[in-house]
Amino acid sequence: MTESMAAQPHSHPYHVPQPSLYPFILASGMFTLALGFILKMNGFGPGPWIMLGGAGIILYVLFGWFGKVIGESQAGAYRDWEDKSFRYGMVWFIASEVAFFAAFFGVLFYLRVISVPELGAMEAAHGTTLWPGFTGTWPSAGPKGPQFTPMGAWGIPAINTALLLSSGVTVTWAHWALLKNKRAQLNLGLFATVALGALFLVLQAYEYYHAYTELSLTLAAGAYGATFFMLTGFHGFHVTLGAIMLTVILGRTLKGHFTPERHFAFEGVAWYWHFVDVVWLLLFVLVYWL
Amino acid sequence: MNTATTTVPGHADDHHGEYHPSGILRWLTTTNHKDIGTMYLTFALIMFFVGGGMILAVRAELWQPGLQLMQPEFFNQLIGVHALVMIFAALMPAATGFANWQIPLMIGAPDMALPRVNNWGFWLLPPAAILLTLPFALALFGIGEGALATGWTFYAPLSVQGGLGVDFAIFAVHILGVSSILGSINIIVTIFNMRAPGMTMMKLPLFAWGWLITAFMLIATIPVLAGAVTMLLTDRHFGTQFFDAAGGGDPILFQHLFWFFGHPEVYILMLPIWGLVPHVLATFSRKPIYGYKAQVWGFIGIGVLSVIVWAHHFFTVGMPVPALIYFMFSTMLISLPLAVLFFCWIATMWKGAMSFETPMLFATGFIVLFGIAGLTGLVLADVAADAQYHHSYFVVAHFHYALFAGGIMSVMTGVYYWLPKWTGHMYDETLGKWHFWLTVVSFNLTFLPQFFLGLAGMPRRIPDYALQFTEFNMISTVASFILGLSQLLFAYNIWKCVKGGEKATDKAWEGAEGLEWELSSPPPYHSWETQPVVK
Repeated sequence: MTESMAAQPHSHPYHVPQPSLYPFILASGMFTLALGFILKMNGFGPGPWIMLGGAGIILYVLFGWFGKVIGESQAGAYRDWEDKSFRYGMVWFIASEVAFFAAFFGVLFYLRVISVPELGAMEAAHGTTLWPGFTGTWPSAGPKGPQFTPMGAWGIPAINTALLLSSGVTVTWAHWALLKNKRAQLNLGLFATVALGALFLVLQAYEYYHAYTELSLTLAAGAYGATFFMLTGFHGFHVTLGAIMLTVILGRTLKGHFTPERHFAFEGVAWYWHFVDVVWLLLFVLVYWL
Repeated sequence: MNTATTTVPGHADDHHGEYHPSGILRWLTTTNHKDIGTMYLTFALIMFFVGGGMILAVRAELWQPGLQLMQPEFFNQLIGVHALVMIFAALMPAATGFANWQIPLMIGAPDMALPRVNNWGFWLLPPAAILLTLPFALALFGIGEGALATGWTFYAPLSVQGGLGVDFAIFAVHILGVSSILGSINIIVTIFNMRAPGMTMMKLPLFAWGWLITAFMLIATIPVLAGAVTMLLTDRHFGTQFFDAAGGGDPILFQHLFWFFGHPEVYILMLPIWGLVPHVLATFSRKPIYGYKAQVWGFIGIGVLSVIVWAHHFFTVGMPVPALIYFMFSTMLISLPLAVLFFCWIATMWKGAMSFETPMLFATGFIVLFGIAGLTGLVLADVAADAQYHHSYFVVAHFHYALFAGGIMSVMTGVYYWLPKWTGHMYDETLGKWHFWLTVVSFNLTFLPQFFLGLAGMPRRIPDYALQFTEFNMISTVASFILGLSQLLFAYNIWKCVKGGEKATDKAWEGAEGLEWELSSPPPYHSWETQPVVK
């Protein structure tokens, strides 16, 4: 089948990193965080402190591990072969995130198209009057849910759509600059992207405040409230992560990292940002608008 | 940890003059695919005995009618944790251990593509195992009521109302999920980017193909499970009503989400080892693998079908008839690619110069017993028949033929087949044969009676039963203890082989084909520092 030890297609051996304790510490941190959260939810006193400890360990590893990888990258340990691994890895990581959001969109579909209308149709189908007056039309908090006002699409959500779409443009603008080695434009584009992301988050926080205080729209507002906050909340969490990653990239470009040929970290984060953008568009149409 | 130098680290800095911690630190810090593979396999073996011990306690309770040894709550906890441990902490890590050890050897790679991520993936497993089992210990100190008592499926609303143990299991699943995603990404990247020059995708070993499809399935479905248990968590603690009709939600929604993951999970457990069986059959029949392309397309077909058939797990829950008919026929469609695989396996042996060393015994045993699992699965896929068999011991017997005979026994096939490569020693063939025959006989004696119990109407997940079921349960209990104890032979044989024994040649088996057999036994620390070229 083979004739071993012939020509080398890669000009250098693959970079297999030295042993590292970070993965193990990270796993311990995740365990501690989970344990603390479980204890907290079940009302045990030290829960929040254990969570804090876990979060601290995770932060320590994030700084240490990423710092080490950045150091290796700056030292030239990664060339084309490794670069390709990182790219494939990022693509399939984003694919798993797509599946995660797909689950929540699937739930929205199920509740809106199947379970709520069926609950509403019980009276017509079976002549029961368990819930007089419940028609099963969306938006709904179900037959026994609280009264609430649904979130309109054309206020803050529309502005937020514009913000995120613009940030998609600015990050691409920054990428073009990087390819042409125009460092000032690169920094400016990245800064604008982070700023737009941060503004998005501020507005979303205000929107949540508005929902809770004036619309009675809470996590406990039945099918609508649950899907609204889980979908927009997980999205907001991803925007937060993306903005943090972009900030790190901005810090690196300010220090002169990345070349027109070699800048996987920049591109990986940009892909992530576009993914978050696309999820938002779906949210805007399916959660806010329709 | 000296790579962050200002010079360009060449080969020398990467591999030689290396930092090699010893003792426990070697295992905590390793980035070597073989070390990590060994840890996965060892962890799987330990958890196999943990999960097995749990179910022997259950079988002891089922020895005769009435409650002898435990309360129903504890019984429920044991069966749920048994399943989670066996699936997530024994079978999946065993398959990942194979992947770590074998994929780089078989495709001519120096290591896995993302070695540190690889180590992280493994070290998430022990914390998850602790989270799963800790509630048992906490209950002894009066904290909580023990582990989750919902069965491994977490069905709402029982899981919404359950105690502390459910929260522990939710986070165990989250951490296991992260581990699976990391492992999958690593395997996909390794297969796409690390193959030896000349090894096109259609020359990829079938074992790697099986794992590739598995990794795709994991990436598509594990996040859905993560979403489902997250919604369960918020229903339990944060006031959402995803699974509560009062708020417009639906408990059946949980079943859809769970089984969207859960059915592909069956193939996630099987495909890696369906990929290894043809290698073993070819080796001991001294013939090339028959129908390589057909098997690849069989894997792909199964992978695609696996994500569109999930609702056959709850036909009796009350779905519209068109949905029932769709899920029935799509499920039955899976038998087509599966039958292709069976025919290829048999054709690989056809007119071969066969010999029956232990791996071949397990592989052929697998084909017969897994065939029974497939045929009884067809019965369960029939909507009309399933109304009778659903939630009975027939189902328990069916999926143990699939997961023990199909899953665990082919893991054993792989272990015996590759142990000489891994350790450099031959295992004890006589002990191996004893292990096989004890396993296969006691396995059938344990689970065959359960088909009859199910047909006679005995429900699953019940600690007590009607008198007429006693004899079959007694046979099953006695046989299950023989089955459990004979696995000690397996552990002993592995230990003995690691410690010493007849030296294995590089090829180990006369009929073996593939890149892994061109390396020494055991292989060098960095597998293919210079990649081979495949013609």
